[in-house]
Amino acid sequence: MMEKMIFGRFIPGDSLIHRMDPRAKISFVFVFIAIVFIANSAETYGILLGFTLLVVFLSKIRLYFLINGLKPVFILLIFTFLLHIFFTREGELLVDIGFIKIYEEGLRQGIFISIRFLVLVFVTSILTLTTSPISITDGIEVLLGPFKRVKLPVHELALMMSISLRFIPTLMDETGKILKAQMARGSDIGSGPVKERIKAVVPLLIPLFVSAFKRAEDLATAMEVRGYRGGEGRTRYRQLNWRLIDSLSLVVLAGLAGILVYFRL
Amino acid sequence: MNSIILSFENVTFTYMQEDESVKPAVKDLSFSIQDGEWIALVGHNGSGKSTIAKLMNGLLFPQIGKVEAMGKLMTEESLWDIRSQMGMVFQNPDNQFVGATVQDDVAFALENNGVPHEEMVVRVKEALQQVKMADYLDHEPHHLSGGQKQRVAIAGALAMRPRLLILDEATSMLDPQGRMEVIETIRELRKATGLTVISITHDLEEAALADRILVMNAGEKQLEGKPEAVFRSGNELTNLGLDLPFSMRMTHLLREVGVELQGEHMTEDELVDELWTFYSRK
Repeated sequence: MMEKMIFGRFIPGDSLIHRMDPRAKISFVFVFIAIVFIANSAETYGILLGFTLLVVFLSKIRLYFLINGLKPVFILLIFTFLLHIFFTREGELLVDIGFIKIYEEGLRQGIFISIRFLVLVFVTSILTLTTSPISITDGIEVLLGPFKRVKLPVHELALMMSISLRFIPTLMDETGKILKAQMARGSDIGSGPVKERIKAVVPLLIPLFVSAFKRAEDLATAMEVRGYRGGEGRTRYRQLNWRLIDSLSLVVLAGLAGILVYFRL
Repeated sequence: MNSIILSFENVTFTYMQEDESVKPAVKDLSFSIQDGEWIALVGHNGSGKSTIAKLMNGLLFPQIGKVEAMGKLMTEESLWDIRSQMGMVFQNPDNQFVGATVQDDVAFALENNGVPHEEMVVRVKEALQQVKMADYLDHEPHHLSGGQKQRVAIAGALAMRPRLLILDEATSMLDPQGRMEVIETIRELRKATGLTVISITHDLEEAALADRILVMNAGEKQLEGKPEAVFRSGNELTNLGLDLPFSMRMTHLLREVGVELQGEHMTEDELVDELWTFYSRK
């Protein structure tokens, strides 16, 4: 199940979207989220959906792969859809079978909300699917740069994020090892009542914590020896490249906002 | 050339000073290391090796005595300057890998020291070539073997173009192949650049490659000298909990049963050479 989930996963590639600057992509997504809420009619939602599909197409990530990976999200989507259909009581009565009454407005709202939801999930997934976690971190660090003035430890936050990302596979490995070691000693995590299973997790977590702290200490020493003294006076090895395409993407987005506003007026 | 790069002068360090019952981890230790030397610091667990490593790079300061490196006294002020000329590789390959990929990790020390970007790119490449990891620029740490990770760590140290490289048990968590990789890398580096190396280890086979060996026991310097000389005191080393290299043990055992071997053999090849010419030389 975990393999199929594509939430937060990165698929390396060489599409137009992959090559965009992470700063552009992150800003794009945030502005897009705001724009989505301008839409209020069939035309505007249609445009949004079309635009999103275009983005998916440009990212060269297969639509089937995306839909398949977002299955858990669709359950939520269908749930909200049904909620709207059954509980909005406005407009013309369309269906009336005993206690089920579906109104025109309900159907409209249901569809609109579903599209809105779908579009948001797709675009944010495209961001994480086409941008490596480390690039996202770089992008966030630069974008949050202005907040250094109000004493927000931007560099430290970004470093924390990148180190946590770097240690995820290491700690996963470690968890696997501890799990096997505990299983070899007769611990049973996979079966029994919930209470027992939760209890069985404790001997898994404690060794993991202990080792994580040890690692952290070693890492801190290694960093200090290599001259780490916080963000001041540091240069960056990873350079971000803002190119024409990045500016263009934001211009296109502004155009989209313009069109949506025009339809709304 | 013959300048002193690091020296300890009557250094004593105790972890918990208040507690009288705690013995000092390092006691009245003096030694100095010349530019271009390869020194092995050996001793079993608890002999004070790791404490010495920490004293070398200013993670700890001695209570008595002084540590000098690169011609400067180790103080809070000179610390960062000294560290930038001193590379250090630790025991656990995973816990010293800071960057998300090989190149990020190698660049870490450079970033910390404010090296400009263009210069960084050149140095990262150069350092990775020196340890033969240039093809792994974008690899993530969990896709590398232990030996490869340690070589990346060495590259990370080399990128700063240090005068001194300290290996703190850098091979002890590796499999034999990884260990060979790392030792081979160090040998080639020494040949190519004449870098000063201090390897802290309990592996006497590794120590045998050094120019000079310092044997530590209970915080004190027990023996010091060329590997041949140190290994000649075979039993003393065994008593300190150190294992002699296989070829040396073999030589001793052969002598015991009356085979009159000529020299002390540091490597298996030397021993084999003597053995196969043994009969004809008689």
